[in-house]
Amino acid sequence: MQHQSNRFFFNVDWITILIYVALCAIGFLNIYSVKFNPDKSEAFSFAAEYGKQLIFIITGLVLGLSILLFDAKFFSVFAPVIYGVTIVLLLIVLVIGRNVGGNQAWIPIGSFRLQPSEFAKFGTALLLARYISSFNLKLNSLKPILISAAIIILPMTLIMLQPDAGSMLVFLSFMFPLYREGLPGNLLIIFWGAVLLFILNLFLSPYLLISAILLIGALFIYTNRKRQQKMISIGIITLIAVAYLFVAKFMFNNVLQPHQRTRIELILGLSKDNKGAGYNVIQSKIAIGSGQATGRGFLQGTQTKLKYVPAQSTDFIFSTIGEEWGFVGCFVVIGLYIFLLLRIVNIAERQRSSFSRIYGYCIACIFFFHVFINIGMAIGIMPVIGIPLPFISYGGSSLWSFTILLFIFLKLDSNRMGFI
Amino acid sequence: MDQLFNRKYIIQGLFVLIALILLGKLFYMQVISDKYFLSANNNALRKIYTYPARGVILDRHNNVLAQNQPTYDLLVTPNQVKPFDTLSLCKIIGIDMVQFREKFHKAIVQSRYQETIFQKLIPVETYASLQEKMFNYRGFSVRKRTIRYYPDSIAAQFLGFMREVNPTDIEKHAGYYKPGDYIGKSGIEREYETVLRGTKGVTNMLYNAHNVAQGSYANGKLDSLAISGDQLTSTIDSRIQKLGEELLANKVGSIVAIEPSTGEILAFVSSPGYDPNRLVGNKFSPNYQEIYGNPNRPFVVRPIQGGYSPGSAFKPLDALIALSEGVVDPNTTFNCPGYYIAGNRRFKCEHVDGNISLRRGIARSCNTYFYNIFAKLMTKNGSSYAKQHITYEDWQNKVRKFGIGDTLGIDFPGEKAYKLYRAADYDKLHRGKYWGNTSIMSVAIGQGEINTTPLQMANIMAIIANRGYYLKPHVVKAIGNGKSIAPRYKEKHSVGIDPRYFEPVIDGMEDAVNQSWGTATESRLQNIIMCGKTGTVQNSRGKNHSVFIGFAPRDNPKIAIAVIVENGGYGGAYAAPIASYLTEKYLTDSLSGRRINGSTIEMYKEANLLPVFTTKPLIKPLSKPDSLKKTDSLKKTIPVKTKVAQNQPNKLAIKPKDNATSK
Repeated sequence: MQHQSNRFFFNVDWITILIYVALCAIGFLNIYSVKFNPDKSEAFSFAAEYGKQLIFIITGLVLGLSILLFDAKFFSVFAPVIYGVTIVLLLIVLVIGRNVGGNQAWIPIGSFRLQPSEFAKFGTALLLARYISSFNLKLNSLKPILISAAIIILPMTLIMLQPDAGSMLVFLSFMFPLYREGLPGNLLIIFWGAVLLFILNLFLSPYLLISAILLIGALFIYTNRKRQQKMISIGIITLIAVAYLFVAKFMFNNVLQPHQRTRIELILGLSKDNKGAGYNVIQSKIAIGSGQATGRGFLQGTQTKLKYVPAQSTDFIFSTIGEEWGFVGCFVVIGLYIFLLLRIVNIAERQRSSFSRIYGYCIACIFFFHVFINIGMAIGIMPVIGIPLPFISYGGSSLWSFTILLFIFLKLDSNRMGFI
Repeated sequence: MDQLFNRKYIIQGLFVLIALILLGKLFYMQVISDKYFLSANNNALRKIYTYPARGVILDRHNNVLAQNQPTYDLLVTPNQVKPFDTLSLCKIIGIDMVQFREKFHKAIVQSRYQETIFQKLIPVETYASLQEKMFNYRGFSVRKRTIRYYPDSIAAQFLGFMREVNPTDIEKHAGYYKPGDYIGKSGIEREYETVLRGTKGVTNMLYNAHNVAQGSYANGKLDSLAISGDQLTSTIDSRIQKLGEELLANKVGSIVAIEPSTGEILAFVSSPGYDPNRLVGNKFSPNYQEIYGNPNRPFVVRPIQGGYSPGSAFKPLDALIALSEGVVDPNTTFNCPGYYIAGNRRFKCEHVDGNISLRRGIARSCNTYFYNIFAKLMTKNGSSYAKQHITYEDWQNKVRKFGIGDTLGIDFPGEKAYKLYRAADYDKLHRGKYWGNTSIMSVAIGQGEINTTPLQMANIMAIIANRGYYLKPHVVKAIGNGKSIAPRYKEKHSVGIDPRYFEPVIDGMEDAVNQSWGTATESRLQNIIMCGKTGTVQNSRGKNHSVFIGFAPRDNPKIAIAVIVENGGYGGAYAAPIASYLTEKYLTDSLSGRRINGSTIEMYKEANLLPVFTTKPLIKPLSKPDSLKKTDSLKKTIPVKTKVAQNQPNKLAIKPKDNATSK
């Protein structure tokens, strides 16, 4: 027995914690650089953003380590409760939330602001893992798929009411764990195909798009000309795709409210220079491009210093990394992330309990989504969706939320020999 | 391991693939391409805003009421500034060294690296000499913008003024305004701000280390041009607006004229006024404070904010409701012994007329006649409290249809809603005790618990002129080129009274002006049948207000008008003559130079009816210390009085005269 209880810390995956600490440190250095003012040499201050971030990192670490002291069963047993609490928080924020920058996303608690949408992620991850791992569920029949979708869509809807499109889209990443657990791949292809068509529909002329679809359909029919059954289904799919185009266009133009339309156009970067989103991206790209191979050096970034990039400590922190540390720095950061993600997936696959495995996939995909969108936005290949870079961006709620997500997984893993 | 284990590789593969895409793009941006590279010395990419011309405001005949004139802001980027002859710059822009240091310090605090405003609103003449020397002043630049200019100096409250945005404005308009921008704060400028302002243009300009522009980033792909604001054609007729302002000079009052067939407002005079050009550019602050401190409150927009008892001007409305309810017909007569007895009270009438009919009752403005009508109306269902309660509620609903008791919904900010008592309000007023027609008799002659704005009075005239309907009064005819106005200003609102009941009332109003026994003969016009009604409104602020409402010509009316001259005495003394001159000018485009009551138009213009402030003014001047405190009461009156005179718009010459001149 004694042997078992002492394993708490022995079994923890220290390599993951090391990567975690490294990313937090990189975050701190870059936030320090953003806020560093060459005009006034001032003493280290806990009131400045970097000072606060240091507090967030330390408290986050304490929080993470204390999670390791929990009983691993706690998380699966209390998953519905935790999910319920985060949903309640999402409701509360709609009523008493503080409106910052057009989103009613924060609950003020003293001098801090709690952002419930960050915490809704692990609530959803826990409940999803709990649900799919129960009763040897198979994710290839309709009912479990619908229930899983409902678990995901409920917090998405509440977040959309704030309205915080960025945080809402993060929940799409739960699709990949579902896929790992048996969600038919065709469903994913159909979903992303529909999204892609919807977006293309806004960019391209309908005639071009319809002819392209018909052409591709004809091509497939031609290659399958020996198999009548397949020809027919391809033909039907082609026709559905064309009909979908019209319906989507009609919905977009006639059913959606003008402000909803603007929002979609904004997310896709279609409306020019709305609230300066386009300007942010230019400035960010210039900052990153100016870093060149080896960067300008720590505290030497001029774009960073002159505050040309807005939201540079939060959503656009990667531009500072790019400017001051160059391609080498970017490579290291992305390398760390990929190492972390692959490691989480590998750890997840070695779990005996499917709850732990599913949860692992959930957090890997959440991290992945954040990293991909955030960096993609900073270098201009993704639309500007304000979501933080995990462990690096400034902000207590997001840092703590990512820490909790990760350390719950580490706890589950440390207990991998037991049953949950 | 289950058979889905392989999907692990698909997901991991996706992670790696995306990472490679990101790294590939980064490698291109940072190592291969120099498109995004800016050296440390030339990295300034700044958003330069170009300000669009604000939309011009025209009157109904396309005369310009408000246009633009150029002005310049001097901007500074503190870290670019090299030592220079500061004294010469100070001299040109008219500040001293202390102010210079202050302003420079302020700019540094804001940002060392970005342009901030150093001196704003530099007039064109100063700019000319400044421009010659600009090359000496490294780090300084000039930005052009426009401010308003009002060629006729009229319609100040109507047009409104512009002012620098405050933080609330910036927040409210979701990022359109930057500190230092201007926004319409009152009047049309405010109501139609989003139409008039246009859209700012943006240039993403690259600067080198010497703060010299290197051209637009990415060949201007991300820039946008400024789009000028739309031109507004207002409904005002500047000829009568101007005449109206001249006639109300040195008086407190208001004139509203409406074109009955369209609801378009032809004149919108609020007196005392001020020269709108005083609230423009760098003269704004001192002038604003001075106008604000004027005890007669020029910033009050009296046509829509002033609340006046309609007085006798309410009588036509009384008659209309009584006719349509069938309690009287045009031939019903009442005996007027010079008073009316209601309950145990005796109400005076101005004259003794004997048996009098509706037509003559209106023309003579016979109080007794309308007390009788009102009593009949209120008791038509029985005279018990309960019955009169219901009847009154029904009656006031009919009065409401004439646009009284609520705002009319004009396209102008700040319209006030004055209360019309409902039956329940009288219950409250009488603290649950019974009341009936005798207790509220003064309402019959438009006194007591009834208040209307001049706009509402003019609108009642428009209703009578139209024989039973009105279009919501509005001040804008057209926006831009062919952009039409809101549809709500094209709807007819019926008051629910059959057109045939209007003719007898209009007969009376015609007589009031055109028969020797009428009370409004001062407004009579040659060759044009004017119909009208005077009012003499008792009020708590001293001498009666002089009121006239009317319309002309009788058939196919072109203008409905309401004139209120505070403390002007009888309706015929000031309001009726002023209405007469305005109507003549509007309908014939000329003035015959005739005398009314023996006075020329010039004498009416010069008459001074401004109240003499024997006590402290209603509102203290904003920043001036009260230096008068310790002087005795006699001395107190004099400086305040002279101050009032000084506040008048310069172009309306003040000739000090006694208070009740010209009669």
